[in-house]
Amino acid sequence: MSTKPIRILIAKPGLDGHDRGAKVMAHALRDAGMEVIYSGLHQPIPSIVKMAVEEDVDVIGLSIMSGAHIPICKKTIELIKKEGLDRVIVVVGGVIPAKDIPVLREIGVKGVFPGGTPFEESITFIKENVRK
Amino acid sequence: MGVARYIKEEKDRIKDVILQSGIHIKPLYTGDDLKEIDFDYPKDLGNPGDYPFTRGIHKLGFRSREWTTRQYTGFGTPEETNKRFKLMISQGQTGLNVAFDLPTQMGYDSDDPMAEGEVGRVGMAVDSLRDFEIAFKDIALDSIGAGLTINAVASILLAMYQAVAEGYGFSKKQISATPQNDILKEIVGRGAWIFPVEPAVRLIGDVIEYAIKEMPRTNPVSVCGYHIREAGATPVQEIAYAIQIANAYIDNVLERGYDIDEFVARFSFNLDVFGNLWEQVAKFRAARKLWAKNIKERYGAKNDRSMFLRGLFGGGGGGLTKEQPENNIVRSAYYALAAALSGAQTIALCSYDEAYTIPTPHSALISLRTLQLLMDEVGLRDTVDPLAGSYFIETLTKQMEEKIVEEMAKIDTLGGMVKAISEGYIQKEVARQAYEFEKGVQSGELIKIGVNKYTGGEQGEVQLHEYSEESAIEQTKALKELRRTRNNKEVARSLKALDKATRDKVNVMPYLVDCCKAYATVGEMTRVFRDIFGEFVEPGIF
Repeated sequence: MSTKPIRILIAKPGLDGHDRGAKVMAHALRDAGMEVIYSGLHQPIPSIVKMAVEEDVDVIGLSIMSGAHIPICKKTIELIKKEGLDRVIVVVGGVIPAKDIPVLREIGVKGVFPGGTPFEESITFIKENVRK
Repeated sequence: MGVARYIKEEKDRIKDVILQSGIHIKPLYTGDDLKEIDFDYPKDLGNPGDYPFTRGIHKLGFRSREWTTRQYTGFGTPEETNKRFKLMISQGQTGLNVAFDLPTQMGYDSDDPMAEGEVGRVGMAVDSLRDFEIAFKDIALDSIGAGLTINAVASILLAMYQAVAEGYGFSKKQISATPQNDILKEIVGRGAWIFPVEPAVRLIGDVIEYAIKEMPRTNPVSVCGYHIREAGATPVQEIAYAIQIANAYIDNVLERGYDIDEFVARFSFNLDVFGNLWEQVAKFRAARKLWAKNIKERYGAKNDRSMFLRGLFGGGGGGLTKEQPENNIVRSAYYALAAALSGAQTIALCSYDEAYTIPTPHSALISLRTLQLLMDEVGLRDTVDPLAGSYFIETLTKQMEEKIVEEMAKIDTLGGMVKAISEGYIQKEVARQAYEFEKGVQSGELIKIGVNKYTGGEQGEVQLHEYSEESAIEQTKALKELRRTRNNKEVARSLKALDKATRDKVNVMPYLVDCCKAYATVGEMTRVFRDIFGEFVEPGIF
């Protein structure tokens, strides 16, 4: 495994503007030695995927608080596959009810971190799952 | 409420308590503390109803009037929302607080590709006046006030509110609306912004100016420290930023040639109850005093009413936990207690299931009952500003005041709030505080029951509000039907007039009312603004 720092795009898809969690995670991941790019608010999914390509990231971390996580994740993963970005893993955080976690995994989301997940847990997960 | 740091000695003895505002609480307060802070009753407090209004803006507090109960309500279609409004009113709620879905807040119609998956999800979907006609059907708009949680397109929704009221036979002079209409806090904390700062603030000013002239019972702006605090700011920053944001709007209206006493009495505030109980009470009392001083000394107001901080003090959603969710009922009751002890004009609570999603009728009613119980069973209406004179509370109020003044001065040094926000200073500061707070919770230094202490026991399942795809489909169908059946020539004419007024920098409000009455959609009106103003680009903060 290379020692190049992990690059992660923290993205806020859709119309929801609650970005406290996204910015907190951006701080935490950066403190853990990762290179963090923050998308800013109200990003359409194609823009997020485009940003992931341009920034050559290893991980896309979606932050979703509005309840629309299932349709958003589905669309993101479809587009990633279409773009041939198979090595990029998708993780999602936000207001995610437990019953939706298996559904998200099924769709192809690698890691699900509902609000309140310890930083350590998300960081370790990402480190263990990128560039595999 | 878990937001102070406790330094302990052996045997769990508390050595020090450090509030989020950085103030250390002492184990004992006496008359000496008041001497030390130079406490002066008439200067620092005054009686309730007297300048500087630290003790409240009305002589008799809740004896003369209950606080207004105003639960945030709205979801799905206007039909569903109308039903919920009526339920809450029938159960004794005294004000409405309308929740709009994200497409509406962002100025997109329900059939816009940007709206996909979001129609009716976190609030009611509104495309046109047709939807308001349904949502406000059979509601006495002359007697019940309505908060409209809308900011970037507050001008459009207030115009629509006037249009619906007039359609139902109420005049614009009779209705009492409180559009949130605070775009700067959206940029700092809540994210529902559309236009660049300058034209966005102009729209805020247009709403205020129009209300001064045409809607005397309407509160044209509700300055929200709430969302800034929820985004991470400390209680001190919450108040300092809210007052400085209000000042930015005041400056805009003054530039239009109005006198401060002509309009500022209609300003209201939406502030957050979250944090240490004492710190919250001191915060609200200090805020009332500083707002009065700000209006009198900075702006030279003469009328007492201009100096009133009238506030909705709302129980903070960010304080609620997904873990052991029923605990949130208890938490919210304490938040309401803090708001009542602080002399709120209006109180709203997040319901216990809102750590997950928008509330069910069951949970919304528990919130309403919590407020009613506090009023009628516990004794919160008995006397005004009951904590006044406490050595501790008065010391803390003065300390909070000093810290808020310091924080306000920082903004002045930076060149005012518009500049501080345009350059990302405030956003950076708030994000940093949010990270510090989260680290405190994760390390266990800040206690959250059920999250990092007493986490055992059974995890009760809660019944949650379910999003309905069918409602979204129904809404989109109704919109298509509207586009087909309305007078499209009239729509085009009114939109063209709006376009011209916007470019000519004329107050857009009468033109928006005209568009609404022609059944132009929120998306179409916003499109006019988007084409002229463009969109806000966030300053980089990482």
